[in-house]
Amino acid sequence: MGGQPAILLLLKMRTVIALLAVILFFSLAAPNFVSTANMVIISKHVAINAFLAIGMTFVIITGGIDLSVGSVVGLAGMVAGGLILHGIDLGIGYTLYFNVFEVILIALCVGVAVGAVNGLLITRMNVAPFIATLGTLYMARGFALLSSDGATFPNLTGDAALGTTGFPALGSGSFLGIPYTIWILIVVAAAAAYIGARTPLGRHIYAVGGNAQAAALSGVKVRRVKMFVYMFSGFCAAIAGLIISSQLVAAHPATGETFELNAIAAAVLGGTSMSGGRGRIAGTIVGAFVIGILSDGLVMMGVSSFWQIVIKGLVIIAAVVVDQFQQRVEARITLQHQAALGR
Amino acid sequence: MSPERQPDDPDDIVLSVRGATKVYPGTTALDNVDFDVRRGAVNVLVGENGAGKSTLMKIIAGVEQLTGGEILLDGKQVTFADTMDAARQGIGIVFQELNLFPNMSVTDNIFIARERTRYGVDITGSEQREAARQLMRRLEHDIDPDSMVADLPIGKQQIVEIAKALAQDARILIMDEPTSALSAAEVEILFRVIADLKAQGVAIIYISHRLEELVRLGDYITVLRDGRITGSRPMDDVNVSWIVQNMIGAASRDFAKPDGHQIGGEIFRAEQICLPSRRGGYAVDHVSLQLHAGEIVGIYGLMGAGRSELFECIMGRHPSMTGSFHVDGEVLADRSVAARIARGIALIPEDRKTEGLIEIMAIRENMTLSSLKSFTRAFHLNLKREREAALSFVRELAIKIASPENPVSSLSGGNQQKVVIGKALMTKPRILLMDEPSRGIDIGAKAEVFRTMRRLAAEGIGILFATSDLEEVMSLSDRIVVMSNGKVTGEFDRAAVTEEQVVAASAVGHAPAAEVRDQKVSARA
Repeated sequence: MGGQPAILLLLKMRTVIALLAVILFFSLAAPNFVSTANMVIISKHVAINAFLAIGMTFVIITGGIDLSVGSVVGLAGMVAGGLILHGIDLGIGYTLYFNVFEVILIALCVGVAVGAVNGLLITRMNVAPFIATLGTLYMARGFALLSSDGATFPNLTGDAALGTTGFPALGSGSFLGIPYTIWILIVVAAAAAYIGARTPLGRHIYAVGGNAQAAALSGVKVRRVKMFVYMFSGFCAAIAGLIISSQLVAAHPATGETFELNAIAAAVLGGTSMSGGRGRIAGTIVGAFVIGILSDGLVMMGVSSFWQIVIKGLVIIAAVVVDQFQQRVEARITLQHQAALGR
Repeated sequence: MSPERQPDDPDDIVLSVRGATKVYPGTTALDNVDFDVRRGAVNVLVGENGAGKSTLMKIIAGVEQLTGGEILLDGKQVTFADTMDAARQGIGIVFQELNLFPNMSVTDNIFIARERTRYGVDITGSEQREAARQLMRRLEHDIDPDSMVADLPIGKQQIVEIAKALAQDARILIMDEPTSALSAAEVEILFRVIADLKAQGVAIIYISHRLEELVRLGDYITVLRDGRITGSRPMDDVNVSWIVQNMIGAASRDFAKPDGHQIGGEIFRAEQICLPSRRGGYAVDHVSLQLHAGEIVGIYGLMGAGRSELFECIMGRHPSMTGSFHVDGEVLADRSVAARIARGIALIPEDRKTEGLIEIMAIRENMTLSSLKSFTRAFHLNLKREREAALSFVRELAIKIASPENPVSSLSGGNQQKVVIGKALMTKPRILLMDEPSRGIDIGAKAEVFRTMRRLAAEGIGILFATSDLEEVMSLSDRIVVMSNGKVTGEFDRAAVTEEQVVAASAVGHAPAAEVRDQKVSARA
């Protein structure tokens, strides 16, 4: 088994190789591509998709899908915007305003709540994940639009007299020269990677996706695991929504449309199997960077944005084709193991 | 067997396999096998699990291709590209695992991929239904051609499977353990159908583990062991002991003798367990039983007798069940699987692939899945301790692995079964439920599994195991509980029971042959 594992290693590293390839390509093709300033900008773009993709990865590993995340991005932004600008009218002549931390907390709770609805529909009502989250995709978007009658909440700087200032710092502030956005991404990604690799919960996520029946018979609380992944996905989407509206200092109800597809693309590109049971957070992050660098790089080269869409599609398909090839190679190596064992 | 047949008449041979070799990566399933199939006769093939019978049949039916050797059909060399190709040349097969579509009607199943159509598109439903009805009449069953296969009991599903093969006008019909799910009465009907087919000149290849059945039914017998032919002759000169000798060779079946340890007090009791069946009635029907520490209780019954369902109830998988379970005299209130495991109950499921293992996960991850808590502080999983624990069970159970990080699917059936057993034992159970613990594993692994059961019982674990293998239940149990149609139909002390009593109890509630014949008569009237 001398030559095979080398191929396998290359295949397993394919997302990293793809990342290095696109960086190399654009650094040659687009001047100014490799500059600290540009890298920070790209990272901030990538981060939004990466948040969604992290949550999506766990969902896909359990064998599900979460189509509602794009709408949650919009809804979370609108919740934050509405609370900062208008507070909650208590209806007795008083309006309740919240400070920024409370606003963020409430918006995150809204994201988790949408995830909880998804989870309940899937685990208690036996609705297929695709359908359940398609339904909440529409509902969350509808509520986002209803919250302002379709208008944008502008100028979310807040009012010092009301104690609502500080929201823009989330998207534009930085620490040690690195934007908060990136710090938050690092924390969330590290936590997710830890959950996936070093906790019973993570092991259960993989087990549910690998064989839900065997997992259940082994004592894994399958429903609880599924509830967690959808709620976590909603949480991640709400973070993305907050960061976008903070970066723009405005909340628009249509924000996040089709983001779910980018998140799925990043997860798949990073080696997550749509049939469940396989995938890693690190792979997903790299996948998100490949997609992000590809689109930003093509913009810098002046390639038509329509071509970018075509190229993105090609990259995703190529990733899955290579993944299938890797699985065949792995199956062959497994058989050789068996042969080596003499049975 | 007709007296005028010339056993050595070469014209009788419709299909012959010469020098057949089939190599799978890592194992030689068939090694230079010669096998003749004679027309108008029942050609019996026997051998232990893993001897290569199913592989040989898959090759004849076009499912698999030979690595070496040749197939001669009517004296001409042939190759079958796939099952459709083999079917076109007159070879039909009734697979051991039912290959039916539960979501479709009996008629649709019988004519799947061979639909009768007008202009190649429009299925002629009425014609198909009539043909299906005729097939059912020929098989002496009154199964409605329009009923869903999912709604039929397993024995009737087997009949549908046989009808499907008959519908192809097979000249050679392979039956891989067709009676494993049938009651005695249904077996009689099947034998009449086989005699009928024989008279029509059909060559039947018949695989079964039930030796008495083979001696009665067969005309020619071929014995396989470890992929080689160990005996082949007309059935006239054959008795059961000759078959057994050729099947298992010098090593007789090793059942690990009882060690005479003391059986302790009651640790587990089920009272009046009922589980409503989707088909109406009960899948588990007022079952009560007890288990003592250090005792091995065998639950014997045909397929569909409700054994697996009872185990699932014990594990808390069926919220719709009624009745109560008691561990050490205390009622089990919490119905989650995790809670049952915490109370010391562990299940080794019947179907390793779908219920026992997560095939894409590593051996280590599979073994520790039920006991992760013991390696976890707060929420942090100690991977080092997990690995050590898994390895210690790998050693204890003598599981042959290269590395605990390999996918569990890379192991042989016997070693996979040991992984499932290891997973159950890692939860430190006191009550072990084993559903068909020796299914699909080779003879050596079986002996090891049986030894493990003895050892665990000696350590004071109570074992409840389900099997449809008579020899197994007779040899391993301290006590035998027989189930039929969801009910307990007999409970025996092993020392004071005969095989006949056990078999008779397992057939209780199945229609006797005469009754079925009456139905047939009235159907024709």
